[in-house]
Amino acid sequence: MAGDQVTLLDLWASPFGMRVRIALAEKGVKYEYSEQDLRNKSALLLQMNPVHKKIPVLVHNGKPVCESLIIVQYIDEVWKDKAPLLPSDPYQRAQSRFWADFVDKKIYDIGRKIWTTKGEDLEAAKKDFIDCLKLLEGELGDKPYFGGDTIGYVDVALVPFYCWFYAYETIGNFNIEAECPKLIAYCKRCLQKESVSKSLQDPQKVCDFIVMLRKNLGVD
Amino acid sequence: MAKEDLLLLDFWASPFCMRVKVALAEKGVDYESKQEENLLGGKSELLLKSNPIYQKVPVLLDNGKPLSESTIIVSYIDEKWPSPPLLPACAYGRSQARFWADYIDKKLFDATCSIWRSTGAAVEASKKEFIEVLKVLEEALGEKDFFGGETFGFADIMAIPITSWFYASEKFGNFTVEAECPKLSAWIKRSMQRESVAKVLPDPEKVYEFVVMFRKMLGIE
Repeated sequence: MAGDQVTLLDLWASPFGMRVRIALAEKGVKYEYSEQDLRNKSALLLQMNPVHKKIPVLVHNGKPVCESLIIVQYIDEVWKDKAPLLPSDPYQRAQSRFWADFVDKKIYDIGRKIWTTKGEDLEAAKKDFIDCLKLLEGELGDKPYFGGDTIGYVDVALVPFYCWFYAYETIGNFNIEAECPKLIAYCKRCLQKESVSKSLQDPQKVCDFIVMLRKNLGVD
Repeated sequence: MAKEDLLLLDFWASPFCMRVKVALAEKGVDYESKQEENLLGGKSELLLKSNPIYQKVPVLLDNGKPLSESTIIVSYIDEKWPSPPLLPACAYGRSQARFWADYIDKKLFDATCSIWRSTGAAVEASKKEFIEVLKVLEEALGEKDFFGGETFGFADIMAIPITSWFYASEKFGNFTVEAECPKLSAWIKRSMQRESVAKVLPDPEKVYEFVVMFRKMLGIE
């Protein structure tokens, strides 16, 4: 759309920001990326997301959209002529929303327990995490992507966490591929798409970042 | 569509179930419902089979196909029965409605319940937090009749059922929503004038009795 001004307020390591980057790339939308410092929040961020003060925020022609999955749905509706992310059938759409919501409720929070807890709590978090990934494997089945033959809403919601897996494995001392080979094969398949590979970050960099966060939080 | 094609697994006091019932009423869609009598002790086999991951109500079964999570069910109802629309036509308006529905989901019920879940000094702190959430919602409402503007819609449906639990919080917290947030109180009254809402929401006195019993069960003095 000519004359569109699109800005993304984001943090390089955020899997929530990555969701928006993938969606914009899938739709071929040109945008300005604005890296935010969350320890020293900018006036722009506070103005665009006064309620939560979080990233990502998509600013489209001056108007802000917040919350990553809400942003992805917005992108899907505005740039609807290319690469649809949600299916057209209402029941299939509900199923996609359910699984994206499952990722939202589980993956980040349980993953966070892996890098912030120790001992029994850590073991419980690892088990929980693998159980969730196995449920996702079950839902994926034999499809190449959750969206079917092409990347869809659930893929966009989930795959950014793949670049955080190495950090979870290193800190938690376990091997995700050994437990969930199908899911890892799926993630690698997604990475072959340019929209995904250009949006995700190097797992080593993410791991270094999380190790630093742990130190700052006083975990160890 | 026959009434038997739609089955709602329900619990009378659940504001999440109320959301689905209000949405169906707004659309004039008929359905069967089945009360889950014993959510704490013995969930029905149908519930466990239809929602194996969360094992919670509401579940809407459309010709046997299960849908769970109230916000997702309401979106489905809106898409399957498009008239009257619960979401605005423009993408930006829809993102705003979804944002406020999400805020309401994340904050309102927990804040409401934390008042009666607390004891002693914690009650005041919970009350303060609850009023802060209401004030954010008041600001979002502004001078509009409803969250979406002139018509009752998605975000209103997410919030209004939770207001049936306000009376219980007011009694335990010794305050009134009307005194603290008159604009929101006016929105509640306005919404309660809608037949869909008036018919679905339970008597707040009954909800209060339920909360009293629930507190006893949880051992809260």
